Amino acid sequence: MLKALVIDPGKCTGCKQCEMACSYENELEFNVSKSRIRVFDFHEQGKMVPYTCTQCAEAWCQQACPVNAITTDAASGVKIVHENLCVGCKVCTIACPFGTINYNASTGKVIKCDLCQGSPACAEACPTAAITYQDVEQAGFDKMKMWAAKSGAASESHGANAPVAKH
Amino acid sequence: MKLISYVILGAGPAGVTAAETIRSLDKNGTITMIGGDPEPPYSRMAIPYLLHGSVKEQGTYLRQAPKHYEALNINYRHGKAGGIDTKSKQLFLANGDVVLYDKLLIATGASPIIPKVPGTQLPGVHSCWTLSDAREILKLADKGAPVVLVGAGFIGSIVLEALHQRGCDLTVVEVAPRMVARMMDETAGGMLGRWCTAKGVHVLTGTKVEKISEAAGANGATLSVGLSNGTSVPAKLVVLAAGVRSNTGFLVGSGINVNYGIHVDNTLQTSAPDVYAAGDCCEAIDISTGKPDMLAIQPVAVEHGRLAGMNMAGKVTPHRGSLNMNVLDTLGLISSSFGLWQGAPGGDQSKMIDEEKFKYLKLEFLGDKMVGAQCVGLTDHVGMLRGLIQTGLHLGVWKERLMESPERLREAYVEVSQGTAARGAHVNAPVAKVA
Repeated sequence: MLKALVIDPGKCTGCKQCEMACSYENELEFNVSKSRIRVFDFHEQGKMVPYTCTQCAEAWCQQACPVNAITTDAASGVKIVHENLCVGCKVCTIACPFGTINYNASTGKVIKCDLCQGSPACAEACPTAAITYQDVEQAGFDKMKMWAAKSGAASESHGANAPVAKH
Repeated sequence: MKLISYVILGAGPAGVTAAETIRSLDKNGTITMIGGDPEPPYSRMAIPYLLHGSVKEQGTYLRQAPKHYEALNINYRHGKAGGIDTKSKQLFLANGDVVLYDKLLIATGASPIIPKVPGTQLPGVHSCWTLSDAREILKLADKGAPVVLVGAGFIGSIVLEALHQRGCDLTVVEVAPRMVARMMDETAGGMLGRWCTAKGVHVLTGTKVEKISEAAGANGATLSVGLSNGTSVPAKLVVLAAGVRSNTGFLVGSGINVNYGIHVDNTLQTSAPDVYAAGDCCEAIDISTGKPDMLAIQPVAVEHGRLAGMNMAGKVTPHRGSLNMNVLDTLGLISSSFGLWQGAPGGDQSKMIDEEKFKYLKLEFLGDKMVGAQCVGLTDHVGMLRGLIQTGLHLGVWKERLMESPERLREAYVEVSQGTAARGAHVNAPVAKVA
């Protein structure tokens, strides 16, 4: 069963526990600038939106990598960056139209959400269940499609560059 | 049913992606991929990282799994293109071999342009394009060695980083008035130039190389590079990075239409039936202009390869166009540009400049859509610029906000792309797919 992060921005208070947990889990330091999940603060509306990689079925980052450093974990569908292969060329960082793979200057490699090998620290740390980790079918495929329809990528509804929801 | 014989001429990112795509759609057809270099398929883009030692040769290979091509029943062989007879569907290789095809993909890439000045054939003068070039450069580019790099465009600037990291005494000569003139504007190019100069690189813009001659000098120099400013610079190694040109010479007389690159329709088929082209060798649609152009970058080669493969295997998929984009790391200063970075007629722009901190962000709009962008010193979520530009989302109220504060582009992206998440929960799950 494919599991995914389910994000409900309506429940987010902007406490940024998710960013702290992510950076500590993955970088062993409390440094939100190295978090793979980011909370965007829409102060005009008093709204917070946690945002991270959606683990695209056929990912732009993976396609663009010139040295095969991003692979798909067969069981979870997660896209994983192999640090030993990443040369730090950053092409994935401009190729991902969601902006969710980023360059880490202290290692010279890119980083992205890998769902913490199946127990995402952000979801565990979230005090309001704005971020939960659920199986995709249970969370509702229709909602996913709704999100896709609203998202930028899905505005290319047909043709070469149109994203297709994974079945 | 007769098995289809697919032949792919070229084993760069376009060729390899096409071969894999065809195999995913046609389990039975024969796939022959013919590479011009003796090595396993590799990435030219990774060569600078080989030069500065962060990977070995194997780290430049496009696919890392041993026996990747055998496992997919892709027959990889070596050979150079000689010519094509599109009527009898025969591909001629330079060694005289004839390969029959039902569907042919031309993915022959590009080759470096050699400046028309005396001395480019001398020992110690190399392009930086193949693994073989890289091995020659590695023999000469030692610490302290005087090196002249000809060209500070996109490729030149990546090579610059590698040579500097090797500790070479580096002079870069660029005929344009600034670095990366075809990727970014005066402000950005100026920042890169100042940055590199401060790091000890001799940056000579608006300067031409007039001749290269043999002359023994200090620190192992065997060459002298004569410049248009009347001076000359000693060199142990001269690296040529003066742009690339599509490899189409073998098509002369084939009847296939070629301009700068091979003409293709929106299925990436050439003017000859069942002959397709992809990557640096072709001119396909630039999504920003709607016109054909040669966009010689890795992600575009992959997109072309994927689409050509789908169309060749019978899954007709039109190409809407590819987005021009580049990212560059010059000695730690990271820059990127997207789409119509030079702006659109009738458009407007917003910018943030901090010369002291080497930070620059310029966004280009047409109406309430973003059409181009350039960044220096900003890397976080930079892919969102591609998202905004390629999808042509209406920015609505965010247009004015971005005109005032371009650095709010991430918020703009998240809100505009998700139609504001205020409508309720969304699943942050696999949705997008590259086609």
